[in-house]
Amino acid sequence: MLGEQSAREGVDLAERPPVGAGMPPTDIRNPDYFHKVVDCQWACPAHTPVPEYIRLIAAGRYTDAYMVNWRSNVFPGILGRTCDRPCEPACRRGRVEAEPVAICRLKRVAADNKNDVAAFLPKAPVVKNGKRVALVGAGPASLTVARDLAPLGYEIVIFDSERRGGGMIRSQIPRFRLPEEVIDEEVGYIVGIGNIETRYGQRIDSLKALLAENFDAIFVGTGAPRGRDLEVPGRKEGGANIHIGIDWLSSVSFGHIEKIGRRVIVLGGGNTAMDCCRTARRLGGDEVKVVVRSGFEEMKASPWEKEDAMHEGIPILNYLVPMAFTLAHGRLSGVVFEKVAAKLDDKGRRQLVPTGEPDVTIECDDVLVAIGQENAFPWIERDIGIEFDRWGMPKVDANTMQSTNSKVFFGGDSAFGPKNIIWAVAHGHEAAISIDKFCRGENVSTRPPPMTTLISQKMGIHEWSYDNAISLDHRYRVPLRDQAVSLKNLKAEVELGFDRQLGYAETQRCLNCDVQTVFTRDLCIECDACVDICPTDCITFTVNGPEDELRTRLQAPALNLTQDLYVSDALKTGRVMVKDEDVCLHCGLCAERCPTGAWDMQKFLLDMTHASGKPACQRA
Amino acid sequence: MTYLTKPKLHHPKLPQNELGFTRRDYEGAVSTLCAGCGHDSISGAIIQACFELSLPPHRVAKLSGIGCSSKTPTYFLGASHGFNSVHGRMPSVLTGANLANRELIYMGVSGDGDSASIGLGQFAHCIRRGVNMVYIVENNGVYGLTKGQFSATADKGSKSKKGVGNQDSPIDMVSMAVLLGATFVARSFSGDKEQLVPLIKAAIEHRGAAFIDCISPCVAFNNHPDSTKSYDYVRAHNEAVNYLDVIEGRDEITLDQAPGTVELVRQHDGSYLKLRKLAAGYDPTSKIAAMNYLQERHEAGEIVTGLLYLDREAEDMHDRLGTVPTPLNALGEAELCPGSAALAKVNASLR
Repeated sequence: MLGEQSAREGVDLAERPPVGAGMPPTDIRNPDYFHKVVDCQWACPAHTPVPEYIRLIAAGRYTDAYMVNWRSNVFPGILGRTCDRPCEPACRRGRVEAEPVAICRLKRVAADNKNDVAAFLPKAPVVKNGKRVALVGAGPASLTVARDLAPLGYEIVIFDSERRGGGMIRSQIPRFRLPEEVIDEEVGYIVGIGNIETRYGQRIDSLKALLAENFDAIFVGTGAPRGRDLEVPGRKEGGANIHIGIDWLSSVSFGHIEKIGRRVIVLGGGNTAMDCCRTARRLGGDEVKVVVRSGFEEMKASPWEKEDAMHEGIPILNYLVPMAFTLAHGRLSGVVFEKVAAKLDDKGRRQLVPTGEPDVTIECDDVLVAIGQENAFPWIERDIGIEFDRWGMPKVDANTMQSTNSKVFFGGDSAFGPKNIIWAVAHGHEAAISIDKFCRGENVSTRPPPMTTLISQKMGIHEWSYDNAISLDHRYRVPLRDQAVSLKNLKAEVELGFDRQLGYAETQRCLNCDVQTVFTRDLCIECDACVDICPTDCITFTVNGPEDELRTRLQAPALNLTQDLYVSDALKTGRVMVKDEDVCLHCGLCAERCPTGAWDMQKFLLDMTHASGKPACQRA
Repeated sequence: MTYLTKPKLHHPKLPQNELGFTRRDYEGAVSTLCAGCGHDSISGAIIQACFELSLPPHRVAKLSGIGCSSKTPTYFLGASHGFNSVHGRMPSVLTGANLANRELIYMGVSGDGDSASIGLGQFAHCIRRGVNMVYIVENNGVYGLTKGQFSATADKGSKSKKGVGNQDSPIDMVSMAVLLGATFVARSFSGDKEQLVPLIKAAIEHRGAAFIDCISPCVAFNNHPDSTKSYDYVRAHNEAVNYLDVIEGRDEITLDQAPGTVELVRQHDGSYLKLRKLAAGYDPTSKIAAMNYLQERHEAGEIVTGLLYLDREAEDMHDRLGTVPTPLNALGEAELCPGSAALAKVNASLR
């Protein structure tokens, strides 16, 4: 029927690849495809269904929003204040407007406003399954394992050298960022499940001895507990006033340290350094400075943590390498720094080269060293089947979290070095699946697929069961407590959190990326209505071609290679529909303008499968 | 139609034209036409053409009559002048506006009902006067606003959505336009922007009466298998004689394509149109050849599209009338009231 059409295309084809040499149609049945479109969920190590809970917050259903979070990331109240938020740099809003949605702080809105959730929490069964699992360390990784396994009938024993559970959440995060009640509440939800015995205050000094106690599996979640030291002249002599950052934070947290000198230097540029300087500011440090070796931009600390520190009047000095501690009257008096600059060497690597300018001495009363953390496993014997690599890290399977001793699993910072809480939670979920499979004699390397649903949101001609209007608001700032109060009280939380109104306004910035644009080839009449209405030029009807070439000749060039192209099968005219997922607003206008329903907005919900206590074939 | 306004957010890499505008700046209010209406694609093509030509929106006047098509000026060029006239009377209003201010770009947007029925006489005289304008008929063969009765352009034998056949002869707007003296005549299809956008650009650049008949399927009432103005039918019977590129600037141009497939047409004002020829031997500068070809292909049941006729020596109404180059609204009192001596002189010449 298309004789004329193909004659016409014959001219154009001289400049284009032949039909058929192009991309295969996108397989939307693969759960990864739409999962990747939900950038925030894809970026979250625990794959929290972010847009789902943001909509629940918008609807005022705080408890439901909290439980969606709780199932995925276990610590919504804690993470809503402290998460490293890998979701936010990934957020699509950041690519179409200035800043991403304040996902992390919205999580806190759910936690702050929820009702009693006790009725929704799982309970350990009366009949146990007869398996015993030991968890070493009571941090986020271990607690996640406990939460996933206890409801299945496992008997859990948690060991921790501290008197209370929480691990680094309690010891290293200052109270002005995370109130103790929040930790107690969320750790309490887990321990309250039942079947969990907490042996707090009991340090495990020998894994061999623990193995001898005949647990069915052992999970190691001991974190990265050793702060790196700075071995330069004067370190030993001035030792009384030189502190290792994480140890010092821990001592502050447990009330062993209550003050610090007036002038404090914090060495290091990570988030621990930010916590150290802000804590010092509250313990009598009037003149606190952060000094980093490299540039300000290269600092490891999250941008918002740097901002928070500077907001409290703490300068960050960069390109200064500590060379020596100076002493006066047998006491620390300052730090000598060499000035450096960043230069590229002949291999293109960035190096810090001394500028030749005279050294700088900064006077101080105390120094906090926060230049990194290391793992330490002096308590694990090397003859019990656990292999270590040349950096002293255990060999752990990145998918199953199993070590070379099949009974021993690792997670959190102790598995692959320092990361953050949300990674520890993700590790905990995976380890729990493995432990469950291991205890039932299943192969741990076959992993359960996620649960996905894809449901049309169409309610009527112009009605969708999601709010598709796009808010043009810019990111809202979280209100802060007056510094006159917050800098005087170590326990006064600085961030007040969004109230309900602000929280609602911020939820409206979410683009609902989980409401997918689903295209049905057979219904399309190629009228171009979707192409014309699309506010971000995502949709193109064109001759197929190889991906790299196709990307260049779309309605708007698809230059973000991390974002997929959604390609249909050939249409009546021989062309294909190509949608660049990159900056789609999920506004649904393509579906509203489509006369035949070839476009539909369908909500894609992906829930990670956690430990189930059942063989794969019986899982509902 | 949609209840949502189109979000202001746009693609971060959206290109800008010479004026610093993006394509989005040439949009109007969100369309209230039926979903899938061909007219919306034509609006999109007009937006694209004006963007690519870097037209200052305030130098464009869009005029229309009554009907689905005549609603569309609301949906493009939101920052331009607009006039929604009485049914079928757009050509007179446009002619008057053009007489008063020849410096604006005039875009008459009409439909098959507005131009081929109630406004047929207006259409004819506006064309034959050579008014400098772009006259676009968004042609769907039915009266959409009154639920799909045949219009005067519906083909004989084509059937309505209810299955009733059309007994009357159709009016072929393109043939009429050529016959009436339009100096730029084209036909295109709303579903083929690759062809339509350059045609609109060339029509805007053309000085004289430029007419574009654009077949625009009515998804609600005329997109069924027995229609000759459905997406499928037009695609299957579309015989494009050429594709057009508009070459801006007046410099001499050399071609690197194989001779015979590409032709450069120099216009009166020195600008060039580059034609990618698809029908061998079709000469759009010959009126007689164009009319023969149109009748011949019509007999064969085909829909000829492309640039069908171009008079390279086109002139417009003002040339014929010898009017002053300055728009009337810019003439001062001295020019408008030359005084009693001048009046006496005029009177003397008439004695």
